[in-house]
Amino acid sequence: MTGHPFISIEDLAKVYGDTPVFEHLHFAIDKGEFVCLIGHSGCGKTTILNALAGLEEASEGAILMGGREISGPSLDRAVIFQSHALMPWMTVLDNVGFAVKSRWPDWSGAKRRAHALKFIDLVGLAGAADKKPAQLSGGMRQRVGIARALSIEPKMLLMDEPFSALDALTRGTLQDEVLRICHETEQTVFMITHDVDEAILLADKIILMTNGPHAVIAEIVVNTMPRNRSRTDLHRHPHYYRIRNHLIEFLVDRSKQFDRANADFDPRHPRLTTPGLDGPESDVTASSPLRNNHGAA
Amino acid sequence: MISSLRLRAAIVSVALLAGFLLLWHLGTQGTAPTANLDPEYARLMGATAVEGKSAFPGPAEVLGKFWWHLSHAFYDNGPNDKGLGIQLIFSLARVLGGFGLAVAVALPLGFLIGMSPLMHRALDPFFQVLKPISPLAWMPLALYTIKDSATSAIFVIFICSLWPMLLNTAFGVAAVRKEWLNVARTLEVGPFRKAFRVILPAAAPTILTGMRISIGIAWLVIVAAEMLVGGTGIGYFVWNEWNNLSITNVINAILVIGLVGMVLDLILARLVKLVTYPE
Repeated sequence: MTGHPFISIEDLAKVYGDTPVFEHLHFAIDKGEFVCLIGHSGCGKTTILNALAGLEEASEGAILMGGREISGPSLDRAVIFQSHALMPWMTVLDNVGFAVKSRWPDWSGAKRRAHALKFIDLVGLAGAADKKPAQLSGGMRQRVGIARALSIEPKMLLMDEPFSALDALTRGTLQDEVLRICHETEQTVFMITHDVDEAILLADKIILMTNGPHAVIAEIVVNTMPRNRSRTDLHRHPHYYRIRNHLIEFLVDRSKQFDRANADFDPRHPRLTTPGLDGPESDVTASSPLRNNHGAA
Repeated sequence: MISSLRLRAAIVSVALLAGFLLLWHLGTQGTAPTANLDPEYARLMGATAVEGKSAFPGPAEVLGKFWWHLSHAFYDNGPNDKGLGIQLIFSLARVLGGFGLAVAVALPLGFLIGMSPLMHRALDPFFQVLKPISPLAWMPLALYTIKDSATSAIFVIFICSLWPMLLNTAFGVAAVRKEWLNVARTLEVGPFRKAFRVILPAAAPTILTGMRISIGIAWLVIVAAEMLVGGTGIGYFVWNEWNNLSITNVINAILVIGLVGMVLDLILARLVKLVTYPE
């Protein structure tokens, strides 16, 4: 690693009243990396994402992008909202076109339209460009949200549980497409999820948050499965159940009882673990030799 | 099923109207001629006393007069004798003038109040006091300061249409979904583009509903205001015909006021429907 990491979060904390929801957060995201954040409700996940988006200010600490501090929202960081947040009075094309015009106000109408249609096509909605969001299914609406976010060609994509409101089948299809699109465009992504399988499928690194208040990063799990994994053959890979069990065991037990007084715990350098590489009988909490070695590939 | 319900409702409506007209007709039949009146006294008493004619016009008489008004809507025989159409144009011009002024004030001010919780709290006590004041109570003050009865009537319409529009605009703007504003923020949308492309369309149904309430109130108030300021307008027509003791014309004017009010409301309802978005 030379120079600054793409995104670097330094000592971030959010305090409501007297109680910090989360504190001492340190982590970095490299260019092209897909990072998921997992934790129970109330650990401030959405606040972290909003801070990254620039929609909310953290109480302490800083977020650096390319070495410069983030202040306020920017077209460099596109957000895919949990509730799709489409403007219901605009057609699909207008929703995406609105974003395109925000990014390139000087473009001609025809150029904007062509650009917007390209991304509507990318998410498979070519035939629905002139429909209003109310005429679309939940999955299609979220596709429009994805097209809108991608259409401004952001340096980074922020997703706040984008698939949680969808039924299982739709969610699966959309996960596949997001995976494909992000790999094709080498998009840097930060995503919040509740869903362990979603994290394993999509993420290169999975950040585990302990329960709030006073939530901290317990560890960062490196996804050691090959990047060309797919939803259908995920479970055949030997690493899959090791990672999955590790994550579930964390969410069920350790997220509550995390011992921050432990001498091993250093908030500045959250432990990187590779449960996928551990043998079946080895201790899943064992420290990994990969600390400070970014990138799963 | 819906169409049959509609049909049945229409049949009931027509039956109710027919029943009402029949009762009206029977109630205004009058009595037999009163016998043996002194001819000079009879001339003083008029047809009601002499022929037993009802003092209240029957439906046939009113509808006949209504037809006459429709076919002579725009005649002008001087200050106190103008067609109903001309009177309506005067009234509508006042209503639209006052209403337009109220739109010009209520929209920007409502935006400001809706966007700023500080201004909302600061101005709220004033609204609470000003809102329940009958618009006609402003009339003396308006006449005294403006010194022109026609403008005073417009001012009264302005005052009465202002509050519903202002409060609805403020409410609509304040209630714009946070996520839409967040989308605008992440897209770095400028303040004017945000106001016109995001907040205005999002709040438009609420704003136009306020306008619909306003135009209804304005139409209620214009009749009373014109009775006070006199000269022209449908309200003045009603009062003038009362002074002429022409109950037939008064009933005709009432009917016309109702029909025009309904048309105004339908127009605004149509506009509300145009800007309403399904979610």
